[in-house]
Amino acid sequence: MDAEFFSVLYQFADVFAFLILSAAGLAIIFGMMGVINMAHGELIMCGAYVTTALVHSGMPLLPAQACGALTAGVVGMILEFTVVRSLYARPLDSLLATWAVSLIVTQGMLVMVGSSFAGVGTPEGSFQVGVYTFSTYRIILFLASIGVLAFIYLLFMKTRFGIHARATMQNAGMARALGMRTNVVYALTFGLGSALAGLCGALYAPTMTLIPTMGATFIVESFVTVVVGGTNVLLGTAPAGFALAVVRTALIGWNGQIAGQIGMLLAVMVMIRVLPNGFSGWLGRWARNV
Amino acid sequence: MLRYLNGPQTLGTGPAFWASFVALCVAAVCYPLFADPYDVGNFAYFLLWIFMAMGLCVMWGYTGMMSFGQTFFFGIGGYSYGVLSILMGADYGLTIVALLLAIGFACAAAVIFGYFMIYGRVAGVFFGIMTLSMTLALAYFLGQTAGPEWAIGKARLNGFNGMQGMPPLTLPWFGGSIELLDTALYYFVISLLLVVYLAVRMFLNSPIGYVLVAIREDPDRVELLGYDIRLYQLIVFIVGGALAALSGVLYTAWGQFITPSSVGLPAAAMPIVWVAFSGRKDITATTLGTFVLLLAFQTITIYSQQWALILMGALLLATVLFAPDGFLLGIFRAVQNLFSRRPGDAPTAGMRSNEG
Repeated sequence: MDAEFFSVLYQFADVFAFLILSAAGLAIIFGMMGVINMAHGELIMCGAYVTTALVHSGMPLLPAQACGALTAGVVGMILEFTVVRSLYARPLDSLLATWAVSLIVTQGMLVMVGSSFAGVGTPEGSFQVGVYTFSTYRIILFLASIGVLAFIYLLFMKTRFGIHARATMQNAGMARALGMRTNVVYALTFGLGSALAGLCGALYAPTMTLIPTMGATFIVESFVTVVVGGTNVLLGTAPAGFALAVVRTALIGWNGQIAGQIGMLLAVMVMIRVLPNGFSGWLGRWARNV
Repeated sequence: MLRYLNGPQTLGTGPAFWASFVALCVAAVCYPLFADPYDVGNFAYFLLWIFMAMGLCVMWGYTGMMSFGQTFFFGIGGYSYGVLSILMGADYGLTIVALLLAIGFACAAAVIFGYFMIYGRVAGVFFGIMTLSMTLALAYFLGQTAGPEWAIGKARLNGFNGMQGMPPLTLPWFGGSIELLDTALYYFVISLLLVVYLAVRMFLNSPIGYVLVAIREDPDRVELLGYDIRLYQLIVFIVGGALAALSGVLYTAWGQFITPSSVGLPAAAMPIVWVAFSGRKDITATTLGTFVLLLAFQTITIYSQQWALILMGALLLATVLFAPDGFLLGIFRAVQNLFSRRPGDAPTAGMRSNEG
């Protein structure tokens, strides 16, 4: 394979993985309950910190990452039970409340843990294509993002929980009337979204500096992916991640990271003007018409 | 025009209110006579943020557009003032021109971003997170402008360290211009505050204000009545952006520096906390509450900035969970009820239910 071409492909895979992994948890919670979880970045941070702390205490990376994701999931369920549950009727207020939680957690971490936390090195080494060297771990991250999408597909389409979840999403009142405990579905979905956020943090923990404000690195990407995607994770978030990754890779190739970041945001502005309901609205309409 | 000063959209209409309003103004004018110029300068610092809060109050409290990105316009205003005043210098009152141009830039940005979002029908939670993304992206962009290539003329943007060395606001005056520092800046800010407060009151009680409140209550119904709500929302977005930019300019002129941290998190959360806590549905409550919170925040910051921010977060959480319409507004209404209760009136329970 041509090394130049592979390098572009690698760049694309890297951006795609980042967008999908950081947005999946947020999108699931939004799609189910219409709540944007502003503490999403802090759940990512939670996953990253737990993973790193466990690796420092001698646990191998893989189980440590699983623990990081699980911890974030549990924390998310606690958050749902204490704060979000009473605000489902007021989505704007749940946005504010979770933002307050995010502020408290970030600053609380600064007070308790301090501003720096020793990281762990990026595992797996590197490989070479032509004259360029690539990190193997980035490829693993890409595979993980595909894995997350496949997991979401299987969970929502092939399991009993998935049926309950989709029923609740379509019409919560009717689902309740049929005897489903929608409260439990909500709590589990919030936990699942939080665990996916934690997984994102756990996966990226070896690649970045751990600081209490690291959540902010992820949230812009996760927000815009969800905004462009719309309510449906599979029909929305995945194609949105794909489209934004194409835009961003092209811009990075043209003028570096900063052009990628700013340009992607401008592209999002144009996209929401053209597709007000996001990709899920557009693809959903198309799917119904076929 | 003046009849719009009082109206159903703003609390405080009786003689008692206007008497205390005048008393407050007199007290504000007399304050520097008794205080140290340094303290007066700090006082001006608290007041200059209120414009941003007022803008958010009009957007969020009156029109129902929850913007997390007021600091985006604050940053555009502040940085534009920095660049322009360094380029043009402080002679002939050119800093005032820089102030106006900076606000103009923020308005232009509001038109462009507002067009795509509002005409793209972005509303509710998406409007909040898009505006937050805007301000975070601006902070990220400004943070990486450390290199010498990021300069406009002799004005360097300086990355995370921020811009400095711009001149303070300077008024041309007979027999030498006046540099607006400490006491002079204080008087400039309170005059502006007075003008803006009264102007916003008139705006809200004018026919436009009624449409805004109607949009907050039910946008679909307002559209069915034949109003183009997008135009009204865009106007409000511009007003909010301009007021935030005014705060940004005054902030930059006050300390002669601005850094990207004024644009990013947690700075972006602050206007939301002020307005939510104070009571977003009333401009007077917002104005007073913001001032009180800033004073409290600054007092705690002396000991620990982190704890001050934690407290702000806790206040926001408590507001959302226990008094969604704001604490100060609740007290306001209670006091108003106390005074306006006539024999035979129902007890205050009816007002209380608004807070639930």
